[in-house]
Amino acid sequence: MADRTAIIIAEPASIPYFPGCTLKSHAPHFERSALASAGAVGLELVEMPRWVCCGTVYSMATDDLMHQVAPVRNLARVQAAGSERVVTLCSMCYGTLKQAAALIEREPAKLETINAFLTRDAGEPALEGRVRVMHLLELLAEEPRARALQEAVVRPLTGLRVAPYYGCTLVRPAEASLAGAGENPGLLEEVLAALGAEVVPNPYATECCGSYHTATNPEIVARRAHAIIEGARAQGAEVLAVSCPLCDFNLDRRQAEVRRLYPHFRPMPILYFTELIALALGLEAPAAEGRLVDPRPLLARLALVGAAA
Amino acid sequence: MKRVGVFVCHCGKNIARTVDVERVAKELGAHPGVAFSQTYVYMCSEPGQALIREKIAEQKLEAVVIAACSPTLHAMTFGRAVEKAGLNRYLMDMANIREHCSWVHADDSAKATAKAAALVKSAVSKLQQGRPLTPIRVPLTRRAVVIGGGIAGIQAALDIANGGHEVYLIEKSPTIGGHMAQLSETFPTLDCSSCILTPKMVEVKQHPNIHLLTYSEVKEVSGAIGNFHVTIERKPRYVLENLCTGCGDCVPVCPVVVHNEFEAGMGSRKAVYIPFPQAVPSVYTLDMDACYNTDKLVVCENCYKACGPKAINYLMEPEIIEIEAGAIVLATGYDLMPIAKIDEYGADAYEDVIDSLQFERMLSASGPTGGVVRRPSDGKIPKEVVFIQCSGSRDPAHGVPYCSRVCCMYTAKHALLYRHSVPGSQAYVFYIDIRSDGKGYEEFVQRAIEDEKILYLRGKVSKVFREGDKLIVWGADTLSGQQVEVAADLVVLAMAIVPNEATKALARKLKVTTDEWGFLSEAHPKLRPVETMTAGVYLAGAAQAPRDIPDTVAQASGTASKVLSLFANEELLHDPQVASVNSELCRGCGYCLAVCAYSAISLEERLVRGHRMQVATVNAALCNGCGTCAATCLSGAIDHLGFTDKQILAQIEQLGEGA
Repeated sequence: MADRTAIIIAEPASIPYFPGCTLKSHAPHFERSALASAGAVGLELVEMPRWVCCGTVYSMATDDLMHQVAPVRNLARVQAAGSERVVTLCSMCYGTLKQAAALIEREPAKLETINAFLTRDAGEPALEGRVRVMHLLELLAEEPRARALQEAVVRPLTGLRVAPYYGCTLVRPAEASLAGAGENPGLLEEVLAALGAEVVPNPYATECCGSYHTATNPEIVARRAHAIIEGARAQGAEVLAVSCPLCDFNLDRRQAEVRRLYPHFRPMPILYFTELIALALGLEAPAAEGRLVDPRPLLARLALVGAAA
Repeated sequence: MKRVGVFVCHCGKNIARTVDVERVAKELGAHPGVAFSQTYVYMCSEPGQALIREKIAEQKLEAVVIAACSPTLHAMTFGRAVEKAGLNRYLMDMANIREHCSWVHADDSAKATAKAAALVKSAVSKLQQGRPLTPIRVPLTRRAVVIGGGIAGIQAALDIANGGHEVYLIEKSPTIGGHMAQLSETFPTLDCSSCILTPKMVEVKQHPNIHLLTYSEVKEVSGAIGNFHVTIERKPRYVLENLCTGCGDCVPVCPVVVHNEFEAGMGSRKAVYIPFPQAVPSVYTLDMDACYNTDKLVVCENCYKACGPKAINYLMEPEIIEIEAGAIVLATGYDLMPIAKIDEYGADAYEDVIDSLQFERMLSASGPTGGVVRRPSDGKIPKEVVFIQCSGSRDPAHGVPYCSRVCCMYTAKHALLYRHSVPGSQAYVFYIDIRSDGKGYEEFVQRAIEDEKILYLRGKVSKVFREGDKLIVWGADTLSGQQVEVAADLVVLAMAIVPNEATKALARKLKVTTDEWGFLSEAHPKLRPVETMTAGVYLAGAAQAPRDIPDTVAQASGTASKVLSLFANEELLHDPQVASVNSELCRGCGYCLAVCAYSAISLEERLVRGHRMQVATVNAALCNGCGTCAATCLSGAIDHLGFTDKQILAQIEQLGEGA
């Protein structure tokens, strides 16, 4: 442990962290496991003192500049707090903030309009220049943390066949994609491999989960979830690693509808990638709380956790 | 003061409708130095030219201004006309009173007329300062260098050689034949590619006028049209061409096995090899990168011992050959975009996703599978094959917005030959459009669709991935509006045709322009399709743009005819309107060297008024008369003959008179 700490202290890093709404309501285990895991590799995620809604689908679905105020306001606050970077966990937050950052860089006139609103009407700081929006995956894949992560593993996920699942907002559009790598970033694969898991290729990694159709037409989502889970299973996967609370909801909680549509369907656990990191680093084991499919029997079978309660 | 004649053209009504030509002629008649002035309705017509000739003699004219259209249209016509009357053609100038006056000022006759008169007067002033010039005679070496030994280079070399001139054909690989030698059958006739190509390859080898240099690369090119100096490196093939009998005794004893480039990576060869049995020259090559031996250490002598005529030489050195040539033909061919460029089709991760050249080799009776279609992964005969057209082409996201032109046709051929080869099989073709514009092409595609029951699906493929021992292909059928999933055994990608790296490097050496993708640019897309902007350098084949075999052969013959018409001359005449250095003013700074795009200027030591000086010197044969050096020269030491500072200043001064 002492050696590892030495590496970590070589580059202490603290970075403002934008949580977003879901992590504070439905997905506390995502946030908890992420903060703990980041801390273990020398990365201090400091929650922004004041943050507002990222803008969610509104900022991405319409051309109305008003909907860009929320993400830009958040970026301006990051800058006002003295940072040029901000990190997110939720894929949706990442997508909205990063696309807003790309938009105002591409169209400075729009930034001027939003700044005018922020300073004159809202009495807030303007956004000058750029703020780099990052996802935790990008930080974990960078040195020295990538090595620190590998070295911090105390319980390798040996034998766990996990399929990475990116969903959409981490990889599309290309200008807002993880590490600018488009639809094939490979970061989840790297991180999961560093944990000792057996990463299976997942052709469905960037297929749509059905997104907000879950609110009005759950059957569409259930059919998507079925295709995605069975596609991953055909490659040998036993568990899907996700980074988006909405994907998590659609792939996990909607498995009840999947079973109604496909009687022979066998459930598959869905986990946030940070839960797998926390498990491998010996920080905490994934819990059953808030989930439909209990991951513990699978993990217990591989002796990664004690027998399920 | 010279006696200047002014001839004002009506151009029918083109000029006369707006410009008062009679008034211009009258005004010029009274202008200082003008001895004669007259109008005519069509000055370029034979009676118009006769009038000019007659008046030059009658009025003893020493210079002539033609007030008419643009010199790009008729400077040659009038130059020849005054020359017939014994006047130097560089003492004729044109004042453009059509494009510059009547056409652009059609609504203001008075001003157009005044401008016309001013332009003619300024042309008179220019000629008053003009001097007669004589075309520069440049010797012409009637020998051609053809770079690239594919079907384009072969055809061009044969045509030039049959025209009676010497040709050096340079090929970088051990054999000529190019990509065409790799093809199985050719569309739409299904001729065997080797059967129609091999005789031409042999003809090249046996032609008395063709010097074939394989395994050789062009290192440097200097000079200009008529007199290129080409430096060629013959790479050591470690086999003496004159001793090798092509028996192949060296091959079985060679312990090294590597991928065979000719088989598009699908088959293997030894370190000592011949690309294919019909290769020309029929000589083996030792690939020293693969061989156990190095230039320092010989650890294996198997091939040397096995070789009867003792043709193996492990110590062979590269050889440099210098050739003087009058014309160069670039026929350097194409490459396929690598599969690795396309993430969504597996980016080279799946053995059973192959490109179209690999499939050609599989179909070929002399290929690695003996003409049986087999999956590379397990050798099984595939029952369902998906062909994906426009893999990279017409896809700006992959950097290739253009159409690769041949894929629609060869994919129809592939699917058809596959169906013939595997009974009970199913072929799917994903396409954007079918482009089948050649002779017999559309009928061929229809035959594939209707008679061979090949399933054509109009749409793009979004993803290919492996599931078990199948390749799952996701695509769209835009005609039925449905998503399609095919579980295939083999996927063949019709990868985009891209320029090869060697072409780009060569283009830089030859100062030949390329388009934004790296294909060689023709001088004019419609009217000069086989010439480049560099005089004396010509094009053939897919190095210029994707094209099929018939078009390539036609273009190569077109290029050869251009070379032959050049070689019909004894010597070349070069426009004397070039840069000229006044060595007394030159201070040898070398700025002109830096800006000259044609490498026509050098600094040479000269004796100037008793001092040894570095002085800029122009090679008139290389100078294109662009004038950049004259504009750059800080000392005013460079003049552009025909457009000297004196002439231009006199023109400007005259134009100022009327203001």
